[in-house]
Amino acid sequence: MMRSAGARQQSVRIRGGGTKLSWGRPTDPPDIEVSTEGLDQIVEHNEGDLTAVLQAGTPLARAQEALAEADQMVALDPPLGETGGATIGGVVSTADSGPLRHRYGAARDVILGITVVLSDGKIAKAGGKVIKNVAGYDLAKLFTGSYGTLGLIVEVVMRLHPRPRETMTAVGGSDDPRALGDAASAVAHSPFGPECLDVWWAEGQGEVLARFGGAAPEAAAKEVAKLMERAGLETRMVADDDALWERQRARQRSSDDPIVRVSGLAAELPRVVRSAEEVGASLVGRAGLGLAWLTLAGGDGREVVSSIEKLRRSLHPFPCVVFDAPHAVREKVDVWGEAQALSLTRRVKARFDPDGICNPGIFVGGI
Amino acid sequence: MERRVASVVVIDAGLVERLRAISGHTHVLTDEHELRTYESDGLRHYRLPPAVAVLPGSTEEVRDIVRACHEAKVPWVARGAGTGLSGGAIPVEDGVLIVLTRLNRILEVDLDNQRVVVEPCVTNTAISKAVGPTHFYPPDPSSQIVSTIGGNVAENSGGLHCFKYGFTTNYVTGLEIVLSDGEVVTVGGKELDHPGYDLVGVFVGSEGTLGVATKITLRVTPEAAAHQTMVGYFDSIEQAGRAVTDIVGAGIVPAAIEIMDKLTIEATEHWTHAGYPLDVGAALIVELDGSEAECEARSADVMAIYERNGTTSTRVAQDDDERALIWKARKAAFAAMGYVSPYYYVQDGVIPRTRLAEVLEQIDGLSEEYGFKVANVFHAGDGNLHPLVCFDARNPGELERAEELAGRIVLACVEAGGSITGEHGVGLDKKHLMTDMFSEHDLAAFQRLRCAFDPDQLANPGKIMPTPRLCGEVPGPYRKHPLEQAGVAERL
Repeated sequence: MMRSAGARQQSVRIRGGGTKLSWGRPTDPPDIEVSTEGLDQIVEHNEGDLTAVLQAGTPLARAQEALAEADQMVALDPPLGETGGATIGGVVSTADSGPLRHRYGAARDVILGITVVLSDGKIAKAGGKVIKNVAGYDLAKLFTGSYGTLGLIVEVVMRLHPRPRETMTAVGGSDDPRALGDAASAVAHSPFGPECLDVWWAEGQGEVLARFGGAAPEAAAKEVAKLMERAGLETRMVADDDALWERQRARQRSSDDPIVRVSGLAAELPRVVRSAEEVGASLVGRAGLGLAWLTLAGGDGREVVSSIEKLRRSLHPFPCVVFDAPHAVREKVDVWGEAQALSLTRRVKARFDPDGICNPGIFVGGI
Repeated sequence: MERRVASVVVIDAGLVERLRAISGHTHVLTDEHELRTYESDGLRHYRLPPAVAVLPGSTEEVRDIVRACHEAKVPWVARGAGTGLSGGAIPVEDGVLIVLTRLNRILEVDLDNQRVVVEPCVTNTAISKAVGPTHFYPPDPSSQIVSTIGGNVAENSGGLHCFKYGFTTNYVTGLEIVLSDGEVVTVGGKELDHPGYDLVGVFVGSEGTLGVATKITLRVTPEAAAHQTMVGYFDSIEQAGRAVTDIVGAGIVPAAIEIMDKLTIEATEHWTHAGYPLDVGAALIVELDGSEAECEARSADVMAIYERNGTTSTRVAQDDDERALIWKARKAAFAAMGYVSPYYYVQDGVIPRTRLAEVLEQIDGLSEEYGFKVANVFHAGDGNLHPLVCFDARNPGELERAEELAGRIVLACVEAGGSITGEHGVGLDKKHLMTDMFSEHDLAAFQRLRCAFDPDQLANPGKIMPTPRLCGEVPGPYRKHPLEQAGVAERL
């Protein structure tokens, strides 16, 4: 299919679960839409080796369910991964991530190998099926987060991790962004190593959440609650904590309002919260990693665009990328903002997709 | 055992003059004896001096050197400490060697954000020192005291603690790179998720073929509250392997899991006197970290697993000194092998860990067939085997046969579903094995990346890729590596 599209110079849009179709720059309708729906097999689950081979269209939720039978997981928990039909291929292509990123890293950190179909129909693979491997260039990382602009991901090899049997979350609340920042920082620098370390802020108040797994989650959570209290937070312990974390994930997405993801720095959390407040936005974030998703209040296109521009100015030089925005907004702002090494980026695109048929126009710099 | 190629190379005198103008007379070496310093890396039996070596003192100087090479169409190789084990830093005979030793400053320690910004020739250990004792930099190759971050980035170095903590690639968040046309680009930064392709991710592990990193931003992480280091001794390496499977199967993620076989224990004990018994078949070292409670609970689990798999005795580190001693023995394993054998070849293969027993059996068979002892050191958590092939190069033909044996070991790894290299890189040493792991289409995809970064293929040419390849619309002349030209490195 890719070969014939390439030969005819037809543009191809790649679609997985359809949960992130509004991401990226607005583009012209494609000549062909390729769905990975039929590529939905768990090809291998190598329990003893902590690896799995998954076809791109496999819904993440279904993969997790199968892996859970061996008390294992792909350590990726983006929004709509558990409930919304997001596929592993879509998650990898957009490099989407959730709270587990604090401990396990992003898709780029847990992907071991990849098989892709390039625009001339050639099938190529890179990486391998073992946890450790440095043979050849790491094209799995290149394709992760490339939004389908370099070719079609058909299969991925993922590293697995043990699924914690029990968890405990320490939660600390405050109406002072600085106190939340201090608490988050104390936990991030503590030797207790939480699985997840998150924050949220809305309408003048917020919370820091630290989740622990492992053999003794309660003891570590209690230690961390003390650190939060020292920073002036009111704390509570939550053992049955799944709903808390589902809410954190859900706050990264919006059906009507634009989301701006800020790539900041952990110690700048209070500043990011203040900038969010100035434009009336709520915030959810990975407190130890400096990543935050701001939900802007709706309104007409013009107001939203001016809020985005204001955020970019006040948070400069932190990259601010717009997701989930209505078409009208995406037409008026560059959703990606300033991109680095653009001419090198264009050369990479030109080498992998010389005819420019793969998701044209969706990526940075109009790639 | 040397494979030396006589250096009778004339390099463009105008280029040498330009290099002198850029970095100063004292930092440009053309004397044959001085150049010998740089003729090899950790893969000692390949030796080849460069035509000229230059020691730049800044990013701007690196940029100007690379630009001058680009204009003269002269290939170049960047080099750090030269501890690599795959020949990745072996010079090009008629090219320029860019020695980065003067770029050795820690530029910024931003502990609040858990970031460090360094120049490429800062040593691996210096990073942990700069952020300790509260924080550390997890990737810890055994050469860490001398190996440099620039080299670690080029090779995507691993180490003992990567089963839990990951590899160099998981810790590099930003790079300043001089591309082969002299353009200086910044990719990533202290922040995560810069929009665009993950160019940091493809650069790490590219073995010096995509450009030269002149500034590196690294993530560091807090030290755990507690460590528990426990050694189990077993009659056989297979028993130790089964214990590892049980540990991982129980959902335990140790900070490190290492196995040494009898021969390795003998060698390393002679060298370090760390107190390993000499009458055991294998030692399994497990290090747990985390909270006190976590370590306590898990160490009981590990001890029970040791027992269940027939451990003959165990040793638990009582304090930090003893912990350091246990690790000193493991880290000295390669160097100590000199006690057992005058020459040895370090292999670096990866297998799915569950195939350990059968691959070890094959290695034993090969060892017998070739009549060479093979010692085994094993990053057991991630399936990374380091068989050390012992031979005596003073006997004619032994080096070749030892290399052949090492090659067959790594093929056994690939056949078991593994890789030809876990952390030492492909370099010059293993490029002929790439076709055993990758198809023609896979290699062509790699070449697309290479050509996007370096269409003239001037950066570290002749490494990684098994056969000469052109870059489409910018066809550069392929130049055989001089070792190949001289017929000493002809590949199968």
